[in-house]
Amino acid sequence: MKGSGEEGQVKLLGASISPFVARVRIALALKGIHYQFVEENLQNKSELLLQSNPIHKKIPVLIHNGKPVCESMIIVQYIEEAWGNKAPNLMPKDPYDRAIARFWAAFVDDKLVPCLRGVFTSQGEQQEKAIQESVANFLILEEALRTNPCSSGKLYFGGDEIGFVDIALGGLSGFVKALQKAISSVLIDEEKMPLLSAWMDRFCEANGVKEVMPDPAKVLEFISAMRVKFTSPPAAK
Amino acid sequence: MEGCGEDGQVKLLGVAYSQFVVRVRIALALKGIHYEFIEEDIQNKSELLLQSNPVHKKIPVLIHNGKPVCESMIIVQYIEEAWDRKAPFLMPRDPYDRAIARFWAAFIEDKVIPSIVGAFKGQGEEQQKAVEESVANLLLLEEVLRSTGKAYFGGDGIGLVDIALGGLLVPIQTVEKVTNIVLIDAQKTPLLSAWADQFCKADKVKEALPDRAEFFVRLSARRAKLTSPPLAN
Repeated sequence: MKGSGEEGQVKLLGASISPFVARVRIALALKGIHYQFVEENLQNKSELLLQSNPIHKKIPVLIHNGKPVCESMIIVQYIEEAWGNKAPNLMPKDPYDRAIARFWAAFVDDKLVPCLRGVFTSQGEQQEKAIQESVANFLILEEALRTNPCSSGKLYFGGDEIGFVDIALGGLSGFVKALQKAISSVLIDEEKMPLLSAWMDRFCEANGVKEVMPDPAKVLEFISAMRVKFTSPPAAK
Repeated sequence: MEGCGEDGQVKLLGVAYSQFVVRVRIALALKGIHYEFIEEDIQNKSELLLQSNPVHKKIPVLIHNGKPVCESMIIVQYIEEAWDRKAPFLMPRDPYDRAIARFWAAFIEDKVIPSIVGAFKGQGEEQQKAVEESVANLLLLEEVLRSTGKAYFGGDGIGLVDIALGGLLVPIQTVEKVTNIVLIDAQKTPLLSAWADQFCKADKVKEALPDRAEFFVRLSARRAKLTSPPLAN
């Protein structure tokens, strides 16, 4: 899917199992933007990736008409603004609602993701603590879904349609589901978090999303392989 | 300075010495927005603070017409968007330039702040490593100024990135004094050094900065605690 024409030339450097890349692919898909996906080998990063993101050397990187944008949620905001006339709008119009959307996206990145990373990389007591913290953070998100004016009684954090927070959290769905399998523990309990549970199912089935979510088998394979590395003695890095 | 009138009712919950609060105060001052500053006692947080930021229970919180906004850089973007007709503009117009501004603001949050905290709290080899990281991070910011050739990260005027980093200047300069290390080196990072001077002297900014003498006393006490045997913390 070569990305050119009226949208300009759009390339996405990424890895198909990455939840951060998934976020960007979802935003591009929802906006109907054609792009060229360049699958990076993270053990052998391309010259283009290293030049486009010299500071962090990480994926995803969106390259629009030769200009690179880095950091998944910054890319999503860029997609929203650069294609501001293309529906759907991924951000609310009202400045206050936008601040709330940014707040919850930041919560996902600053609080939830580090806990999930902890679950992923640790074992024993440390992992148990990370699991408890992850669950606590998911409960906070359940509460947000239930009570926030934008989302209360609606299908998504963004309201009737997928929005910024849905993308921030939903992009992690594949990873979260595979992680639950790998550690044989539930993080999003259907009974304790009915709204979040239903939201995740709905999100993963949505048009634009289902086509770009990573292959669950591949994610589980990746997580299992990495966990062997993280948890084998002497402590591997 | 009661915050009312055409700006609506604006309250800022914070403490004068917090770099995160300073960022918000700078943005409000630049836009000429009147607000009521409510000084919080961090050891005894007000009911209003706990209700307004139940998730993090942290300052700053901006309350605009009764609605709370949390997280300093989110508040700064909110100020820009809620008062989008008021100059100066804190964000560029072009979507790509906006993405770059957000990138550097995130870099300051995710890399610069932790490395400087490490330089302040660490000792011996650990501190040395943190200092090297801090200097390396600041060199990257020097490079940004060099490549644009402008006085501020925001161009000719103060913008989002200037506010993100500028709010940290008194802490950074105080850390330098307290620990006797140089972070913003006038020789290694001349543009950043000049930027720091200009920023701290800028109209509307200097009133928002915390008292340096008080800050020095505060940080000195903390450093003394951290470095006194038996190792505190």
